Amino acid sequence: MLRVEATGPLVLLQDGGRPGLAHLGVGRSGAADPRGLAQANAAVGNPWDATGLEVLVGGLVLRALAQCVVAVGPVVHELRVDDIVTVGPGALRQYVAVAGGIDAEPVLGSRSRDTLADLGPLPLAVGDVVRCGSLRGTAAPPSHDGLVRLHPGPRADHFHPGTLDLLATAGWTVSPTSDRTAVRLTGPLLVRRTTVELPPEGLLPGAVQVPPDGQPIVFGVDHPVTGGYPVVAVVEHGDLGVLAQAAPGSTVQFTATW
Amino acid sequence: MRAVRPYGPVAFLLECADSDDAVGLHLALRAAPVDGVVQTVPGAVSLLVECVSHEAMLSASRACARLKGVRPEASSREHVLDVRYDGPDLETVAQRAGIPVAEVVERHTAATCTVALTGFAPGFAYLRGLDPVLATPRLASPRPSVPAGSVAIGGPWTGVYPRRGPGGWNLLGTTSAALWDLSRETPAVLQVGDTVRFRAV
Repeated sequence: MLRVEATGPLVLLQDGGRPGLAHLGVGRSGAADPRGLAQANAAVGNPWDATGLEVLVGGLVLRALAQCVVAVGPVVHELRVDDIVTVGPGALRQYVAVAGGIDAEPVLGSRSRDTLADLGPLPLAVGDVVRCGSLRGTAAPPSHDGLVRLHPGPRADHFHPGTLDLLATAGWTVSPTSDRTAVRLTGPLLVRRTTVELPPEGLLPGAVQVPPDGQPIVFGVDHPVTGGYPVVAVVEHGDLGVLAQAAPGSTVQFTATW
Repeated sequence: MRAVRPYGPVAFLLECADSDDAVGLHLALRAAPVDGVVQTVPGAVSLLVECVSHEAMLSASRACARLKGVRPEASSREHVLDVRYDGPDLETVAQRAGIPVAEVVERHTAATCTVALTGFAPGFAYLRGLDPVLATPRLASPRPSVPAGSVAIGGPWTGVYPRRGPGGWNLLGTTSAALWDLSRETPAVLQVGDTVRFRAV
């Protein structure tokens, strides 16, 4: 068991999420950067998707109430009672795993906090106690080349010719309004050639939607399950973790697959 | 045969004939899954199909394009939702329709609506049957947060936001009806085929 002594702006329980429930209005959720969760879980001998903590911009301090083994990213800490572990500044989203996984009441089969749908355990607050589970397993952290691969989307034909190439070649700045629901990008205008309103269509993490202001939105793990603005392109699912680590103000470049 | 649109390496979007076809195909795929399909997401006139791999996507897209849908079961469930009509967009809807606000309320409460599909957010249902005079385009820029229970119009649809969250529909008012309840076996209260009426309070 661990007690929360301090949190940064946002610390969430996350696991592999809730795939397959979109027809209920429930999106996938889960770790925004699954590679990060897998890395921490592997360090303590958990299955890759055991429940861990997703820490936005650091600031988390945990105190051990019992002996336990904790990983912050790949770094393992063997804690005795009253030992402290701190998650300082680092990647935009850092992951903390506890040997055995973190225990909490699952909602619809997952302990992930879905920030859009308001499902799952609440964000951690000072004084909360994090309970350890008894999972064992192995996790091979998926290797990744850091590319963000882009595929044509279902409504690319709603845009002027050349829009996909513009999206794939321009540098895009990550907007400060980005979160687990979506990474909002600013850059050149993506211009629609029709203003016909689309009826609502299904959305998946990675869908690149363009509202009337011409600036793309890449949906993340806490996505709405349907939406009405045209989806011009789709980011490959395994590459979404790269976007989840892109800090506001940084530049994102896509890689075309066509 | 339905048109298939690309949706990345492992998913595709099927253009359906109408919302019954979209929901019917969704139900058919749940009853008799096609190999390699992870999940299906019904839209108003489309079905998004997610598969385990690119290869599965290629074969499933061929199979799904021709699949016959299942007619949604007729539902005898009826919901009457009490609404306080004091939303910020009542005036916009009235002006666009060229009618007084009181008539917006009259026409909204006179409609017998049916759940065409569910989705968007937990417990959200797209209701058809809105008086066409009241149809109003979505807002140019969505509100970051609308109150729980907001009763709204988006294009030809009406519906209720079950919980607080972002929303681009025109807000008519609010209901206190609980439409998402995790203690139920089916947490979403409104199911495809259900009848919904609104009552002014």
